[in-house]
Amino acid sequence: MTTTTPATRRARRWRAVLWGALGILALAALWELYKLVGPADGWLVGAQEGVTGSGIRLLPRTSDQAMPHTWDMLARAVEPVTRASGARPLGVVVLLAALVSLGVAALGWLVGVVVGFALALLMLGFRIAERAVLPFVILSQTVPLIALAPLIRNWGSRLSFGDFSWQSWMSVVIIASYLAFFPVAVGALRGLQSPDAAHLDLMRSYAAGWWTTLFRLRLPASVPFLIPALRLAAANAVVGTVVAEISVGFSGGIGRLILETAVAASSDPAKPWAPILGAVLLGLVAAGFVALLAAFLTPFRRQETVA
Amino acid sequence: MSSPAPQPTTGPTPAAAPTTTPADAAEAVVVRGVERIFVGAKGATVTALTGIDLTVHDGEFVSLIGPSGCGKSTLLRLIADLDEPTEGDIRVFGRTARQARVDQAYGIAFQQAGLLPWRSVAANIELPLQLHGVSSADRKARVAELVELVGLTDFARHYPDQLSGGMQQRVAIARSLAERPRLLLMDEPFGALDEMTRERMQTELLRIRAETGAAVVFVTHSIPEAVYLSDRVVVMSPRPGRITDEIDVRLGEAAERGEDLREDAAFFAGVTAVREALHGPQAAAAAGAARGVDVR
Repeated sequence: MTTTTPATRRARRWRAVLWGALGILALAALWELYKLVGPADGWLVGAQEGVTGSGIRLLPRTSDQAMPHTWDMLARAVEPVTRASGARPLGVVVLLAALVSLGVAALGWLVGVVVGFALALLMLGFRIAERAVLPFVILSQTVPLIALAPLIRNWGSRLSFGDFSWQSWMSVVIIASYLAFFPVAVGALRGLQSPDAAHLDLMRSYAAGWWTTLFRLRLPASVPFLIPALRLAAANAVVGTVVAEISVGFSGGIGRLILETAVAASSDPAKPWAPILGAVLLGLVAAGFVALLAAFLTPFRRQETVA
Repeated sequence: MSSPAPQPTTGPTPAAAPTTTPADAAEAVVVRGVERIFVGAKGATVTALTGIDLTVHDGEFVSLIGPSGCGKSTLLRLIADLDEPTEGDIRVFGRTARQARVDQAYGIAFQQAGLLPWRSVAANIELPLQLHGVSSADRKARVAELVELVGLTDFARHYPDQLSGGMQQRVAIARSLAERPRLLLMDEPFGALDEMTRERMQTELLRIRAETGAAVVFVTHSIPEAVYLSDRVVVMSPRPGRITDEIDVRLGEAAERGEDLREDAAFFAGVTAVREALHGPQAAAAAGAARGVDVR
């Protein structure tokens, strides 16, 4: 608990890193193990003797086509993307694309957090707003992303004033933020409403106004609710970015790369796995970023341990 | 509302008139003809308090005692302007309750210490001063005084989750004293503490009160606590909440009251008097000295 020394804390951190690495190795081992034991064509269940095409085939197949060796994937990442001369290694291309997507996702996350927080404040300040807005906030998340993407691109393309013209990455940002704002709005509202009556009475007895109460009491009290919301928002922003890149047709990001490399799957089976792993890495970086943010807010998380 | 300045009037003041006599301004709390009716969801009304008249003199320690639902906490909240009376008038040092709250004329402590978990002991005590724009140096000096007053100098940098319930309550009391109020409002501040801690805290409260000279309105449901601490015990009864009796139990000057007072004959006489006022003389006799609703 609170009695940890820096030494034990450091040891614990290393142990966490070790377990993480072990987990990745275990996953790779499981992959290879299944590839070794599993039938190359998957399992055929309920097939009748002598009748071709009967029965149900259970995936996955373990052929090199469907499940390339883990080391093949790694080796492929180092090789150039295409046979064209001067082509960069696949891994580098994936990392660059992931970086582009990270930037877009971060922007989407930021917009989502700001909008979500603004909505939470609005709902906190006006009870009517809570009743009017909250159902729509929830409803908004039931609209399928695929339906939304062309709409946003279409609206955006009509926007242009002066030197400004709508870029396709802006559509991606909007869609990512559309997914990101929801957990923030709901989480922040719960957090801002979390102080108990005694604390609110106390602030009233100090003749503290709405804003003072917000900054001194409600905001700090909302942090334990806010951090999981921010983490969810980060994950949503990444998913939103990857999907939106594909449906909006924004090239340069990891989503587009997944689509492009998937085409090559039959001739180059290890290739599409690189951008998929890149997308996973993107999610991890986003989660790590929020963890870093949470570390700065540690003092406000004390109440999580108070009974 | 009306101006906070005392308005001299002649003759007896009508109960509901929002005027203040010069005599009132010298009193810590004057409650006149107060009624509080809560309106429920379907228009059902609950009369929490009715016909309340109460005066707390400057520097006086008054306990409000009664069974659950008698409105003693509601009365305290009305004095603190955390709630407004349906009818009647409340004056705190001659000002309206609202003005008194805005002027920080009182300090308040609740049953839950209500400390902010992300603030250290010192920062919690500092909160009211910080909210009212006291300079950093003055705050630091005042906090140092207060942590010493409640005996927590070594714990100033600790956080609430590292403190026992009794220590948390001491921080809450120190916080309520931060603005040097002439009136302390306390709503069962020791209600959640164990018996031993509770008795120690009571003695400590008497010492603190002797040092500050503030008037105290103290809500409790413990008869011995009320008798031990108070100059006057106000007995209330429920449905509807009203004052049924007032008993003077001044057991010597606050500073001179020690632990041995708890075994003094005068103390037991006070306990019996309050119990009789609460239950009627027959009930008190039947229950005996050792048993009762709540002898803590």
